[in-house]
Amino acid sequence: MRFGIAVFPGTWSDRDWAHAVSLDGHEAVMLWHKEADLRGADCVILPGGFSYGDHLRCGAIARFAPLMAVVADFAREGGLVLGSCNGFQILCEAHLLPGALLRNESLEFRCQPQALRVETTATPFTAGCAVGELLSMPVAHGEGRYVADVATLDELEAQDRVIFRYAPARDQRAAGASPNGSQRDIAGIVNGARNVLGMMPHPERACEPLLGSSDGLRLIRSVVAALDARGAVAV
Amino acid sequence: MSVYAIDVVVRLKPVINDPQGLSVRHGLRALGFAEVRQARVGKFIELEVEAASESGARERVVEMCEELLRNPVIEDYSIEAARAVDEAAAAS
Repeated sequence: MRFGIAVFPGTWSDRDWAHAVSLDGHEAVMLWHKEADLRGADCVILPGGFSYGDHLRCGAIARFAPLMAVVADFAREGGLVLGSCNGFQILCEAHLLPGALLRNESLEFRCQPQALRVETTATPFTAGCAVGELLSMPVAHGEGRYVADVATLDELEAQDRVIFRYAPARDQRAAGASPNGSQRDIAGIVNGARNVLGMMPHPERACEPLLGSSDGLRLIRSVVAALDARGAVAV
Repeated sequence: MSVYAIDVVVRLKPVINDPQGLSVRHGLRALGFAEVRQARVGKFIELEVEAASESGARERVVEMCEELLRNPVIEDYSIEAARAVDEAAAAS
């Protein structure tokens, strides 16, 4: 399987993603922001980082990159797009996902392991998980507070599009688990067609036991299984 | 064509929680400015644009705000000032 990994000026998690997908023998191709070319990718990753220095608003400038025009076309045609951290911010600014991501309520940059509760498995990204299951992945962001108007939040829930919520670690109480003050503890959402995922946590940094969790591989394997089912060429 | 200097203020919508503003309020009160009841932090953007008229310049800046300068999910904007600059140079 070939994963296309977007690289903007200031992207910082591209090589981590390339390493993560290589663990199962998949191919990573880097997609330079100035080139309107997905290089035959089966799935597009928008990694974390600080694209264009977070100027104006996080993710606001990446929307104009030549690469993003073809990513948007790919998404409209049903291609799988996974944006993590800055990638989530870019997807919101590009109007491929609803809502916006604002400064953490604490005003602190939060870099920590984070428990996530899987809210739906009816997506190509979480088909290999179980509803209610807790996954552990790091968060590392200063601007991850998910905000949308009430009608949008209600619609996301009614359509089963909230894919992850921040959850307390196993030994804590069920409240106050969000690292950033997101509305309704939302950590990740999918679009209406369920082929575009935005999430603040970092699956690519949770792919080996040495790093404390391999739960990120669950997403990668779900994506691969979904693409296999579509008839893409598997490694 | 003339050049117009246009000031745009981008504010968080009133319904959006502004922790940065709360910190500013807290800091001011800690300095003895006990009368501060609220503080909210926004953005100030100075533009210089070429246009045939001030109203034409303002119309274009509205389009810029709608397309890029503000995020409609979280922000409102207003054009605070517009004035012609550098007209002699533009006319030469």
